[in-house]
Amino acid sequence: MRIAIVIGLLVIGSLVFHFLSPWRQTPIASNWGEIDNALTITFWVCGAVFVALNLFLAYSVFRFRHREGHKATYEPENMALERRLTFWTALGIVVMLAPGLLAWNKYISVPQDARVVEAIGQQWQWSFRFPGEDGVLGAVATKHIGPDNPFGLNPDDPWGHDDILVEGGEVHLPIDQPVKIVLRSNDVLHNFYVPQFRAKMDLVPGMITYIWLTPIRTGTFEILCAEYCGVGHYVMRGYVVIDEEAAFEAWLSEFPTYGQTRVIAANESGAP
Amino acid sequence: MTYTTIAEDTRALHHPKTWVGKYVWSQDHKVIAVQYSLTAIGVGLVALVLSGLMRLQLGFPGMIEFITPQAYYQFVTMHGMIMVIYLLTALLLGGFGNYMIPLMVGARDMVFPYVNMLSYWVYLLSVIVLMASFFVPGGPTGAGWTLYPPQAITEGTPGASWGIILMLASLGIFIVAFTMGGLNYVTTVLQARTKGMTLMRMPCTVWGIFVATILGLLAFPALLVAAVMMMLDRVIGTSFFMPSIISMGEPLAHSGGSPILFQHLFWFFGHPEVYIVALPAFGIVSDLISTHARKNIFGYRMMVWAIIIIGVLSFFVWAHHMYVSGMNPYFGFFFATSTLIIAVPTAIKVYNWVLTLWQGDIHLRTPMLFAIGFIFTFIHGGLTGLFLGNVSVDVPLSDTYFVVGHFHMVMGVSPILVVFGAIYHWYPKITGRMWNATLGQLHFWITFLGTYVIYLPMHYLGLLGVPRRYYEMGETEFVPASAQWANEAITIAALTVGVAQLIFFYNMISSYFRGPKADPNPWGATSLEWQTPKTPPEHGNWGPTLPTVYRWAYDYSVPGAAQDFIPQNVPPDGAARDRDM
Repeated sequence: MRIAIVIGLLVIGSLVFHFLSPWRQTPIASNWGEIDNALTITFWVCGAVFVALNLFLAYSVFRFRHREGHKATYEPENMALERRLTFWTALGIVVMLAPGLLAWNKYISVPQDARVVEAIGQQWQWSFRFPGEDGVLGAVATKHIGPDNPFGLNPDDPWGHDDILVEGGEVHLPIDQPVKIVLRSNDVLHNFYVPQFRAKMDLVPGMITYIWLTPIRTGTFEILCAEYCGVGHYVMRGYVVIDEEAAFEAWLSEFPTYGQTRVIAANESGAP
Repeated sequence: MTYTTIAEDTRALHHPKTWVGKYVWSQDHKVIAVQYSLTAIGVGLVALVLSGLMRLQLGFPGMIEFITPQAYYQFVTMHGMIMVIYLLTALLLGGFGNYMIPLMVGARDMVFPYVNMLSYWVYLLSVIVLMASFFVPGGPTGAGWTLYPPQAITEGTPGASWGIILMLASLGIFIVAFTMGGLNYVTTVLQARTKGMTLMRMPCTVWGIFVATILGLLAFPALLVAAVMMMLDRVIGTSFFMPSIISMGEPLAHSGGSPILFQHLFWFFGHPEVYIVALPAFGIVSDLISTHARKNIFGYRMMVWAIIIIGVLSFFVWAHHMYVSGMNPYFGFFFATSTLIIAVPTAIKVYNWVLTLWQGDIHLRTPMLFAIGFIFTFIHGGLTGLFLGNVSVDVPLSDTYFVVGHFHMVMGVSPILVVFGAIYHWYPKITGRMWNATLGQLHFWITFLGTYVIYLPMHYLGLLGVPRRYYEMGETEFVPASAQWANEAITIAALTVGVAQLIFFYNMISSYFRGPKADPNPWGATSLEWQTPKTPPEHGNWGPTLPTVYRWAYDYSVPGAAQDFIPQNVPPDGAARDRDM
């Protein structure tokens, strides 16, 4: 009896909590509205099932609770009912799965004109690399990483000389232009996660992963690491600043290319 | 049906003569079950305390000085691994599997009693090795319960020197123990059922444990090889999972390995593991609901097939844990589809539980309260699984508190509610005493409501985007101050629920010594374990002759019958039901 009432109250309480909770999705800052839509559809379908099933549960417990003289019926099974339930469940699944798969298809199909930027994770900081005028990121390898070559660029690869190196954990991107963020890790797993972008993906040492997105509003957004990466995991932060095109270009021009850093390093060490 | 003589062979029974033979080096499945259960619950209490410490840090950051980031991540890791493997798997299979299978299928014992005994002692060894890691230099591993390399074995992760080695060794030992027990459970179900006990007459409890054990026997080897390979990477410098990386500014000697290979092996075990825990709980709760609602489990055949189908499908969904792992993105289509398909047989089970209640005669005793509580929490946890299984919806939620809320509802709270319900249900048979009903109800209400207060808000923190495995959020612009209030409330609820478990322990322990003598079949249940000649059952279970089974386990409220239940070993009284024999 009490349990039936409590389950009814929990359903109502959950709904109230859902609609009044101050903790909901951050305002979106990328093109991934499809993901939010699929999430919303899932919320409605699952919410309806949650309410219906639990209210039926509460009603059954209330209605058929033990009383003197009350007896249960004997009904081993009802295949027609089971088939109907299976059909409606499968239909609900399709309604949720279809928009999910369509959004995924877009998520993994990078537009041809996407600008490339590389995000590099290393315990416990972010750095970034732009491909420079040639549009190609130069080759990198762990063995080249050192104090004067933190990005591990291959000094003999000409494609790398114009790569623009951004240290310090803050990257700027232009608004309304699709960007492919190539992800690379120098040590352990990390995950490039900006809640307002919705997109996220692991950085895996030994291989290159990617996400893509189109920023749709300017602002400063925090990058969090979302794959446990050791004791400093929770302080591995960075920032993405979405600028208008001109401001972005101005920002980018302040950073040296790999070629320039080599010249500077060579001058400082007094080498010929 | 085929009738195997192994069931009636009493020669193999080795009756112990001493106290040590009876209670320590015991080959009696019932004693081994209690040994398994007490050990699992004991180590589970350690994990419970660790979760309380974690919650203290999250609710009141920095309040307790010794919870450093290192310690926090060690607590996270040990809490997760202990709860999943050393508590739930050991308790549901080693505990309930051992106790219930022979009694429910009408056998005198497991078919390999000596191996069964070894299984427990090897399990105990695995627990000791795991606990030893708290006392080695550097402490236990803080790699997260998933132990993802490279981080699990590199500097920068707590316990990367000794803790991880002991963890991997302990897992290997556990798997040896599980295999010895598991082969026993499967063989006993297949070979030692009493006369008349066809597979489709077995209680759902046996079906759940049986299929879960098969899953374990197929899934644990993947974890074993992963553990062995990581151990080789760590100890002798192989590179199974280790690409060329730098650590603490220095390049390591490894090269060419694949961190993602480990994730595939881990989740090829890890996802079936969810069902290794869930299926026994599904089976047990079916029997609790049926017995206390005085009504047959609705759609028994569908319930059995759903268990089997879920078991098979559980091997085809593992990579839904890896949507944002960097694996080939096209896998996402396949695994999202297979994952959502598994929701269909799971939903059927939920419908049938509720339909069993419909037109029942529901006795709301403590075990039934836990069973009904389970239906609620499992509906919640199952539905949030549809968010995470649906590849693109998973992307924003992955690695957030939504995941934490989801898996605790579905494989923490739900199975634990079933475990409590099952303990209350079978306690009179196991001990011969009855517990205190008032304390049982109090325990239920605090646990059921408290856990919902803990986990419901976590889903919304996850929706907001709060990442999991964070020692503290610090200043993060998108997280409002109110999120910290949620964390404080969750912590208070968690500590309350944790402390409230003392009610349960007090009830169980005091009833064992002072509880009233229990009726041999207090709930009027049909299955064989309630029909033993002695309560608690003696070694050999059945006295001189084995029971013969004439009907399924669910003859409740049969029209025309004198009582509202007919035990499985009661012969049919008329020609009308003869064809069922």
